[in-house]
Amino acid sequence: MNDILEAAAVTETGYDPSIKMSGRDVCVFYGDKQALFDVNLDITTNQVTALIGPSGCGKSTFLRCLNRMNDTISICRVTGNISLDGEDIYDPSIDVVELRARVGMVFQKPNPFPKSIFENVAYGPRIHGLARDKTDLEEIVANSLERAGLFAEVKDRLDEPGTGLSGGQQQRLCIARAIAVNPEVILMDEPCSALDPIATAKVEELIDELREKFTIVIVTHSMQQAARVSQRTAFFHLGILVEEGPTDHIFTNPVDRRTQDYITGRFG
Amino acid sequence: MSPFWIILAVLGIAILGFVAGVARARASVNGNLVKLHSRTGYYGSFVAIWASLPAFLLLGVWLIVQPIVVDRAVTAQIPDEAIAATGNLSLINGVVRSVAEGLSRLSATERRDLDIGVVAARPLIASKGVALASDVEPYMIRAADTLNRLQAAGVIGRTALVLLVSVVGLGLALLRIRPAQRARNSVETVIRGVLLSASMVAILTTVGIVFSMLFEALHFFSIVSPINFFFGTVWDPRFAAAGSEGTAGQFGFLPLAWGTLYISTIALLIAVPIGLFAAIYMAEYATAQVRAVAKPLLEVLAGIPTIVYGFFALVTVGPMIRDWIAIPLGLGSSGNNVMTAGVVMGIMIIPFVSSLSDDIITAVPNAMRDGSLGLGATKSETIKRVVLPAALPGIVGSVLLAASRAIGETMIVVLAAGVATNISANPFQEMTTITVKIVSQLTGDLEFTSPQTLVAFALGITLFTVTLGLNILALHIVRKYREQYE
Repeated sequence: MNDILEAAAVTETGYDPSIKMSGRDVCVFYGDKQALFDVNLDITTNQVTALIGPSGCGKSTFLRCLNRMNDTISICRVTGNISLDGEDIYDPSIDVVELRARVGMVFQKPNPFPKSIFENVAYGPRIHGLARDKTDLEEIVANSLERAGLFAEVKDRLDEPGTGLSGGQQQRLCIARAIAVNPEVILMDEPCSALDPIATAKVEELIDELREKFTIVIVTHSMQQAARVSQRTAFFHLGILVEEGPTDHIFTNPVDRRTQDYITGRFG
Repeated sequence: MSPFWIILAVLGIAILGFVAGVARARASVNGNLVKLHSRTGYYGSFVAIWASLPAFLLLGVWLIVQPIVVDRAVTAQIPDEAIAATGNLSLINGVVRSVAEGLSRLSATERRDLDIGVVAARPLIASKGVALASDVEPYMIRAADTLNRLQAAGVIGRTALVLLVSVVGLGLALLRIRPAQRARNSVETVIRGVLLSASMVAILTTVGIVFSMLFEALHFFSIVSPINFFFGTVWDPRFAAAGSEGTAGQFGFLPLAWGTLYISTIALLIAVPIGLFAAIYMAEYATAQVRAVAKPLLEVLAGIPTIVYGFFALVTVGPMIRDWIAIPLGLGSSGNNVMTAGVVMGIMIIPFVSSLSDDIITAVPNAMRDGSLGLGATKSETIKRVVLPAALPGIVGSVLLAASRAIGETMIVVLAAGVATNISANPFQEMTTITVKIVSQLTGDLEFTSPQTLVAFALGITLFTVTLGLNILALHIVRKYREQYE
């Protein structure tokens, strides 16, 4: 008993480099309604963590806590502790703008800006002043598009509007836009739900490659997707984190009855 | 029956038709409504349309044609010598109409007395309350009789015919009802026609306005050369000398164009930044409660009559600008000046910019904002670089609307900037605008043939062309540069 308490104390105060982000007793309220109940979850560095669970289970809410996107919803209130590299991201001394530059986000529906492909990717580097000059900026853009696997398809039409691309290309453009800022963590909120199977396969392949440089958290409805791309999986149900662990473990040998029911398709 | 009662009667028949149509449709399938092609209401509407629409069309045509036919018949009764003597047919026609009115009020004995010449027509008719402008010639009484006879026949004819058409339409439509008949399609065709004609009204009105100005303006340009009008720098229409030969006055357009441009520019310089900032605050920063109160309050500005702005300018803003700015700077001594008009007009058009821009900014999808915020952009970066560019077409549209209000504004200018024409860069001088001059040229009692009056139409059509050109230009710019989401 004492050992367990001690171990918990170490993870709360000490800084473990293999843990990129961690949430402790995270509760989220929308007005009077509580959406998340005491979630404790660690996000491992340079791995893909999948958040799965039925609709309305709180997985997207938790994801949006990780870069404080919930701040944009006025009635939303977060309690508990979320840290990035051991630093509390809800601490008043933390600049939310800087946090979001370190923890990027890709949304469910591709949302390229109504600007050219180049401007879409250059947007982040421009506002953060990451490029020294024009050539530097061009290099960052080309590099990001390359890493998002989009460069070959769009290199001849960088000045065309990003909204003119196909759905899958738009989503990869949004990923390129996110990695152009060079974040440490990338949050993906059902990034493939609006895409066809071929575009989905491309994005999944991309996620696997990006793992080398970034820590990735992905919300998904597809258990096959979670099994394919993630190393760790967390199962949410009704605002409670039911179970989390290595993906193969969760899928082959779940501890909780609800997890087993969900992954075998008995509900959800 | 008067047209009003005819319309009521036809509507009554149409309602009967609706009920009968529904009943017949029901009966045709013995109550098994699934067998009908359309819902029963469509069969009812189908009959109602046939009972009313042709009848109304006939009534409309009749009301237009009858006066023309009657007029022609009456005019034929007037001898050519009489027309030549007075030189004015409409004058005689007016008397004939009055005589007809008087004759219709006479009793049978009075009429007989008149016909055998026992009493004079003029005093007799005057005693019935119809005063005549001239003595009554015998041909006038004949013409007036014709008029009365035709009028009476017309009323009976149109009542009978319209009601007949209505009933026949109802009967035919009722007979056509079958279970397989496509009543819904017919009704929807008629509805589409109604919608089409509604949109036509707006277009035809515009065309009509243009033509009504065009002919008068061409008339003006046949008197004053377009070069003198468009490039003249002196506005001096010389009302006093109007009508006498060789003193046409000078109709230089440039002073008016300059005044209009100057005042509108000042107004826009005030309204666009304030309106846009207000819109950004309300759409992006204000809480729902603040927005719910502030937005309607700001829109109240648009509801204030411009004459009220006018005397606000006259008694408050004008003297203030004169005493605190113009006189200390030594730039002018009049409370009537361009600056006053521009400032007050600017305040008036703020809601045009703010309210529309607010709606447009609010309509930009939140996914755009999230995308930008998710990249670590600040709120102001997001607004400047993502939201405003996406909302640009609508914002330009709102500015254009404000600009056309400013260009067309008259009342504020009269009270705030005066009526003196001037070409000067000094904003503390009196100046005036195109619309003010249009009003002052048309409010005299001059005939519509002198250049002093006709110039108003030339000004009007020029104004119309300029604003139309501005609109087309802005549309083009917006289409080229807009950043369209989805």
